[in-house]
Amino acid sequence: MTDHAVPAALSNLQAIDEMIQRRIEERLALLGSTSNGPRRGLALIVFSGELDKLIAAFTLATAAASMGMGVSMFFTFWGLVAIKRGRSAKRKDWIGKILTAMLPSSPARTHTSHMNCLGVGPHLIKYLMKKHQAASLEELIRCARELGVRFVACASSMELMSVQKEDFIEGLEYAGAATFLSAAADSAITLFI
Amino acid sequence: MPIVKISLAIKGLAAGQRLRVRADDPAFKADLEAWIRRLGHRLIQYTDAGVQEALIEKVQAT
Repeated sequence: MTDHAVPAALSNLQAIDEMIQRRIEERLALLGSTSNGPRRGLALIVFSGELDKLIAAFTLATAAASMGMGVSMFFTFWGLVAIKRGRSAKRKDWIGKILTAMLPSSPARTHTSHMNCLGVGPHLIKYLMKKHQAASLEELIRCARELGVRFVACASSMELMSVQKEDFIEGLEYAGAATFLSAAADSAITLFI
Repeated sequence: MPIVKISLAIKGLAAGQRLRVRADDPAFKADLEAWIRRLGHRLIQYTDAGVQEALIEKVQAT
């Protein structure tokens, strides 16, 4: 009787071992997909170039990155100003030169979307933010970079708005709509600001 | 912003090390709890006597 019982018990143990191994692998796969895989990120389209909307965009981006989410910011149209460090008039036709002169040269020079009051609005906002010890837009942008937020400049709106790589801060990606959609498809949250 | 500063500060810590923070942000408690829930670090202590103070223990190496 014991002749049969021992091999039976052994094969049972083996089956249990295999089952545990399978379960561990399933769990690990699940863990992998939730910690850095799909549907955990935040994808932002930064379309607006106004101080208040940029503050909102970068506040969300830095908060999401702090929460361990992968964050991608796509700068397009007026939003390109957020990643500008100045303006260059190199290699631009006359329309480009006028556009360059009319657009803010850096995030520090942006207007507000409401109550701009010929440029008083931004000063008021900056004064109030300082008073309440809120981080400035420039500080938020620095933090976003430090937290590893991905900055992508929309290449086709760069042409349209007559901005060049030399106008921008370092370390950007240059891409188009497909790159945004690919990041958005992997994200849990997508916003257009 | 306190959450951003905490997450930058906690990067330099090893698991098991603790961080004491003071904040005057009215959203601090709610944001801190959401952040703790999300990342799994431990909130050892939270007090609010005029200025809010929290003691956080880093759980896993991130």
